[in-house]
Amino acid sequence: MVLDWQPLLLTFKLASVTTAILFCMGVPFAWWLANTRIRIKPAIEALVAMPLVLPPSVLGFYLLLAFSPERWFGHWLDRVTGIRLAFSFEGLVIASVIFSFPFLVHPVQAAFQNLPRPLTDAARILGKSDWQIFTRVLLPNIKPALLSGTILAFAHTLGEFGVVLMIGGNLPHETRVASIAIYDEVEALNYAAANFYAGVLFALSFFILLLVYILNRKAQP
Amino acid sequence: MMHALIQKQLQGAEGAFMLDVSLEVASGEIVALFGASGAGKTTALRCIAGLDVPENGRITFGDECWFDGTKHVCQSPQVRHVGYMFQDYALFPNMTVRGNLEFALRKSDDPRYIEELLQLMQLAELQHRKPDTLSGGQKQRVALARTLASQPKLLLLDEPLSALDAAIRSQLQDELLRLQRHFGVTTILVSHDVGEVYKLASRVYVIESGRITRQGSPTEVFSQGKTNGKFRFAGEVLAIEAMDVMFALTVLVGNQIVRVTATHEEAAQLKTGDDVMLVSKAFNPMVMRLEAGESPLKQ
Repeated sequence: MVLDWQPLLLTFKLASVTTAILFCMGVPFAWWLANTRIRIKPAIEALVAMPLVLPPSVLGFYLLLAFSPERWFGHWLDRVTGIRLAFSFEGLVIASVIFSFPFLVHPVQAAFQNLPRPLTDAARILGKSDWQIFTRVLLPNIKPALLSGTILAFAHTLGEFGVVLMIGGNLPHETRVASIAIYDEVEALNYAAANFYAGVLFALSFFILLLVYILNRKAQP
Repeated sequence: MMHALIQKQLQGAEGAFMLDVSLEVASGEIVALFGASGAGKTTALRCIAGLDVPENGRITFGDECWFDGTKHVCQSPQVRHVGYMFQDYALFPNMTVRGNLEFALRKSDDPRYIEELLQLMQLAELQHRKPDTLSGGQKQRVALARTLASQPKLLLLDEPLSALDAAIRSQLQDELLRLQRHFGVTTILVSHDVGEVYKLASRVYVIESGRITRQGSPTEVFSQGKTNGKFRFAGEVLAIEAMDVMFALTVLVGNQIVRVTATHEEAAQLKTGDDVMLVSKAFNPMVMRLEAGESPLKQ
């Protein structure tokens, strides 16, 4: 039996790209959320947490509608940039970023909130700019949360199924990630291949979570 | 010369009250803000540093205007270049002792200054340790060293020694005074400890519920302003020497070191480091008129 590595590679590519984007967007967002006094903060927090409770198919359904070239957003995007998000890798990335957002934002936001307020004050007194304070005082002091948030977001993207199925379908090399491949192989009664993909995901997920817990234990004095 | 007029609405335990204080600090002087917690001392200090913004008032340092409520001037703390020592020290946990000091340097500063400070504050041995591994007294020294590393124009100390026990406290008060004299930096100290104010400050403002109720030298303020025929000075014994029939005590009174005589019985009860009250009859003092500008009270 020839094993097709493509779905696994695609899964990693999706998880890596998603995590990179999430990190760049999610960390500043978490910092803003930790410090803002805006009145609609609870509403924003609820929106961020939605993917935790929403069936993935609900999110996938609305994204599919939004991405469809028949609708105004998809149509506009197609006309202006030539990008089609439905049934494409780019669409999967956007959906995954939304779907894994709380896994990164929650621990990082909590860590920012737990930092003693005088640390920022002390750095401002010492003449440091907001950027210097962010990169040299705040980020280094929430390293454990950054690590566990990033790893969890990565692991969560690996295991995504519902959203991918809704908006990505099952196109080899484009949207056929490992979780979809398992479903597909089982439908074709090809249990050996399904077992291969499932086994890899199973072991990987375990080791990633193990890593998170080891890191958390180290971070505690 | 620093002048601050600060007005700001505060929330206290018994409802809202107005912080409304006017402070003047001559250059090189140590002034204390004294009062119970919640009186608005720390807020006044934070307003001077630029960490809090007054609703109204005016804060000037030399010829710089840091805050002016009517002209909508409010400089950021980064620009004001003060030194601020926080009650809980606020050392950066991710940096070593040395890293904390180096972080305080500005671009144009000479890095060799760090070596000097580490030596001066006896921190050379600890320089590669992280703040979490230090004792309270050590953290306090690091925090003070970091504050001095930024070479501030004005030093603001928010109950710098309140978390320490009496012995270390007394030792660090000496150190603080020594360093303040060494650098000659204008200092405002927040404290609710009468002894500390006596020892460190040349003038004190008593703040109650946001208002200054008394001001003057610590002796004037704490003796309740009652006039009597005696001088009273609280001080600390620095040395006891036996003379022919008497003893000579060297006593640190506020910022001044004075030598007084003591009888054998008095000296026998004392050892260096003791806090004492010097009382002297004021029936025959020399009175000299000061020329304008010489008066320590009107600078």
